[in-house]
Amino acid sequence: MRFEGTDNYVATRDLTLAVNAAVTLQRPLLIKGEPGTGKTMLAEEVAAALDLPLFQWHIKSTTKAQQGLYEYDAVSRLRDSQLGDPKVEDIAHYIVKGVLWQAFECETPSVVLIDEVDKADIEFPNDLLRELDRMEFHVYETRQTVRARHRPLVFITSNNEKELPDAFLRRCFFHYIKFPDRETMTKIVGVHFPTLKKDLLREALEVFFELREVPGLKKKPSTSELLDWLKLLLAEDIPPEVLRAKDRKAAIPPLHGALLKNEQDVHLFERLIFMARQNR
Amino acid sequence: MLVDFFLHLKDRQLPVSTKEFLTLLEALQQGVIGHSLDDFYYLARSALVKDEAHFDKYDRAFAEYFKGIEALPGMDALIPEEWLRQTIKRHLTPEQQAKLEKLGWDKLMEEFQKRLAEQKGRHAGGSKWIGTGGSSPFGHGGTHPEGIRVGGKSENRSAVKVWEKREFQNLDEQVELGTRNIKVALRRLRHFAREGAAEELDLDGTIAGTARNAGWLDLKLRPERHNAVKVLLFLDIGGSMDDHVRICEELFSACRSEFKHLEHYYFHNCVYEWVWRDNRRRHDERIPTRELLHRYGSDYKLVFVGDASMSPYEILHPGGSVEHWNEEPGAVWLGRITETFPQAIWLNPEPEHAWQYRQSTALIRNLMGERMFPLTIDGLTRGMRRLGK
Repeated sequence: MRFEGTDNYVATRDLTLAVNAAVTLQRPLLIKGEPGTGKTMLAEEVAAALDLPLFQWHIKSTTKAQQGLYEYDAVSRLRDSQLGDPKVEDIAHYIVKGVLWQAFECETPSVVLIDEVDKADIEFPNDLLRELDRMEFHVYETRQTVRARHRPLVFITSNNEKELPDAFLRRCFFHYIKFPDRETMTKIVGVHFPTLKKDLLREALEVFFELREVPGLKKKPSTSELLDWLKLLLAEDIPPEVLRAKDRKAAIPPLHGALLKNEQDVHLFERLIFMARQNR
Repeated sequence: MLVDFFLHLKDRQLPVSTKEFLTLLEALQQGVIGHSLDDFYYLARSALVKDEAHFDKYDRAFAEYFKGIEALPGMDALIPEEWLRQTIKRHLTPEQQAKLEKLGWDKLMEEFQKRLAEQKGRHAGGSKWIGTGGSSPFGHGGTHPEGIRVGGKSENRSAVKVWEKREFQNLDEQVELGTRNIKVALRRLRHFAREGAAEELDLDGTIAGTARNAGWLDLKLRPERHNAVKVLLFLDIGGSMDDHVRICEELFSACRSEFKHLEHYYFHNCVYEWVWRDNRRRHDERIPTRELLHRYGSDYKLVFVGDASMSPYEILHPGGSVEHWNEEPGAVWLGRITETFPQAIWLNPEPEHAWQYRQSTALIRNLMGERMFPLTIDGLTRGMRRLGK
């Protein structure tokens, strides 16, 4: 099994290498990077490219590690017991399988995505150490041990909101998706909009990278914002000449709302443009 | 195998562990990569370095270890050492550098091969042939912005090689921070407590209660858990702090959203008998500092933000303030405040290495009991850890 990028996902050399190392050694792969650089997409695309089932586990601040393994639905059992339901006798009826259990049980090798692991409590990764290392866990209520039939390929994404514990990091491969350069970006856009006119793309990328250079932006526009913006440009059928204003510094790009999502950023940007006009 | 490389990384203070090193060897054994140094660079990084903040350090360590070993891709000719000896060095002015034409990579390689074929002898200091010290794109020690390095040491850091681009330089932890990063750092200061109205279902309590109740449902509720840390923020404003307005704004907005109990006050240069809350009305609505000492309990954590750059008189002498006649010196007030709020730190937006050159900074630092931290991610983290103790 080797991953080389897909028809709708451009993977750089270092990224494919990290993925293949994780696939070969069956270790989890930790992915970090600016928001909107395709961290979550990666797991989906790898699953599609290798033709494996994908199990997704999206982490919230209240998520507990246990929930990925299984949950004991005590409330249902309590209700059933009050109603005198015979199901109550067997505790196994109230064990709800989590994402990891489902993946461990899967007949074929599978891909597991643990999305935004940093959203959870600081202890969350520590609670999963053994499970990810040995790919097995014990169900206390039914006294059974669940072992993975095939070690699933685990992708973990993080937005760096919390530091992850060292013991956890040591067990993973790590990749930081850096913001694509112009060349990679052209490829990415080509994959998403194969019919986009060449000059429109060139002009749009110019505007986009210039915008990213504007100092002081709270949230720099990212790849996903660029793709949205291009979609709008295409939908509105905006000719490339509009983007190439005579003095680009003094013109507001059309539909810039798709690129700048923050009110303060839009203000800042408009103010800069206003100043540029004054200095002309 | 590669043990020296591993030890070299360790020596350069990268947090690498034996387990990770064994993983790397395993990956090499399994043939994850071919025989390319670039691939090895990526693989080793992915296996050994788990934080993008360390990427730059890794790049430097890697370059140090592998200097001179790297082969040029697609280059068959052997380039005599002698040509490349560091003999002449021409220092170009930035204007001249800018003038140098930037060739594309492919064109560069093409040209290189062409000139290699043409060139016969040793060459130094010119601007076309391969050799040392000139401004031709080929050779080393030269100043062409996009040159190919042929052996030798990179001096102007412009040969196009992954680990020499140092793209991750600004991810290093020493750099200043944005609102988001600040929030992350502030999150270290957390003290969860359950207070207020009981609104959340306490499942474990309910189950235990119901069991004790012989099976009759006994619902138990409890208050939601939230961050109960209380923070008192004192911000220096005006004068030399104008250079740091942006970062202070960011820090302030991050604090605002992170701490539920946050009180802020402004002062100028050093705290005296008055502070104020609204900078526009600083002369009308002054609040006596003494009042604050009584109003807030000692469980409040105190954070000063200021560059501590002033005349030492402003700290040490009565009447030293630049704005009014103060009966008692700033040092006395500072002592009084830190006594009331024992958990206190001072955040300084000036870089840490510059502190020693300012007498007032040293004074304040001393008065704060060395609890002064730079306003960087790293400094903020250290400060929050200190406050959390």
